[in-house]
Amino acid sequence: MTALTTTTSRAAAGDLAQVTDEALISLVASSDDQALAELYDRFGRVAYGLALRILRDETLAQDAVQEAFLGVWRSADQYLPERAKASTWILTLVHRRAVDLVRRENLRRGEPLEQAPEPIAPSTVESEATLGFRRRVVQEALKGLPTEQREALELAYYGGLTQSELAERLGQPLGTIKSRMFMGLARLRDLLNQAGLEESLR
Amino acid sequence: MAADPHSLVAAYALHALDNQEGHSFEEHLAVCERCRGELAGLREAAAGLAYGVAGPPPPPELKERILAQARSERENVASLPARRRNWTAPLAAAAAIAASVAIGLGVWTATRSSGENAFTQVLAKPGAKVIGMGGQGAVTVAPSGEAALLLRVPRAPSGKTYEAWIMQPDTVKPAGIFRGKDGTTVFKIHGRVPRGAVIGVTVERAGGVNQPTQKPFAATEAVT
Repeated sequence: MTALTTTTSRAAAGDLAQVTDEALISLVASSDDQALAELYDRFGRVAYGLALRILRDETLAQDAVQEAFLGVWRSADQYLPERAKASTWILTLVHRRAVDLVRRENLRRGEPLEQAPEPIAPSTVESEATLGFRRRVVQEALKGLPTEQREALELAYYGGLTQSELAERLGQPLGTIKSRMFMGLARLRDLLNQAGLEESLR
Repeated sequence: MAADPHSLVAAYALHALDNQEGHSFEEHLAVCERCRGELAGLREAAAGLAYGVAGPPPPPELKERILAQARSERENVASLPARRRNWTAPLAAAAAIAASVAIGLGVWTATRSSGENAFTQVLAKPGAKVIGMGGQGAVTVAPSGEAALLLRVPRAPSGKTYEAWIMQPDTVKPAGIFRGKDGTTVFKIHGRVPRGAVIGVTVERAGGVNQPTQKPFAATEAVT
């Protein structure tokens, strides 16, 4: 659209849809706003869903997503592809912003996942199917964890609770909480890797 | 309480440390290879949790707001001297560019924006091949062994230069130095590139050296 005229150097490179996430960050590092727009198209939806889950407030969730994407814009030159996938880097920024905000606002936190609203999203776009599939994979993986590990992960990640708050809330020693988070996250990593493998073998 | 800092890596990946705990863990992280390695995998798993949420799409105006803000920040910095960054980051970022993009972009830049240059001259020879450099650029080699390099790197910092190498299993020959410029750099390789050789690029002290002092940050596949 209007942005097309501002970044003529890249116009002939063709469709940004073909560019990897990592390469887009590299373009963002050279102040390419269309590359930022493409990253938003890829991750904005997930980012907003996550921020809304944590913050339970549309305005605050928008703030968190906006700050996170501006963080991508400002610090793209510090992204190290050998350290993290681009998606991990971006979603880590989004999560960080949302957690900072929820703590600053001191909102009610850590309600059980089941009580959170599950809005029915319109399934008209193609990416909806991909998102739905990933959601099922992650939820299945979570179900594969021992209950107390799953609970610790969910309260920390979706609730924004600190480990000390978790210990207090669950009435467990800090060491127990640390170990549940570690075991749970390591197991989740393995389960997601497995699922990713199966997906790619399909 | 001097708890074992290794035990905090998962909590850190989940952002479940308070500010003070977070800072002290980061100090530990700076010196602990093991935790950095562990963190990479745990962060990826944590980010995966983001996909476990169902929610409505963001309002359409959010995208426009983000882009408008980003553009206004770009205009504010445009008049300042080009941002100089730490030396490794842009190289690492450049490494992430997919080969197809770099080649497509670079060849396009080389052939369109700057007209005739070393790269297009070699590329125009009958039988010339283009070999990617892991996403950072490309080399074109004519059947005669004449070659030119196209690379997306930032300008070399003061006191440093890029140096190209013709690398064979038993010999490594210097193939010229260049400073690079932001955007795409085109450079004519000095000497002939035989079959089976690899073209690599390192960063060396200004003036260049006779043998590379480090592993190339960009290299082609072997020339066929």
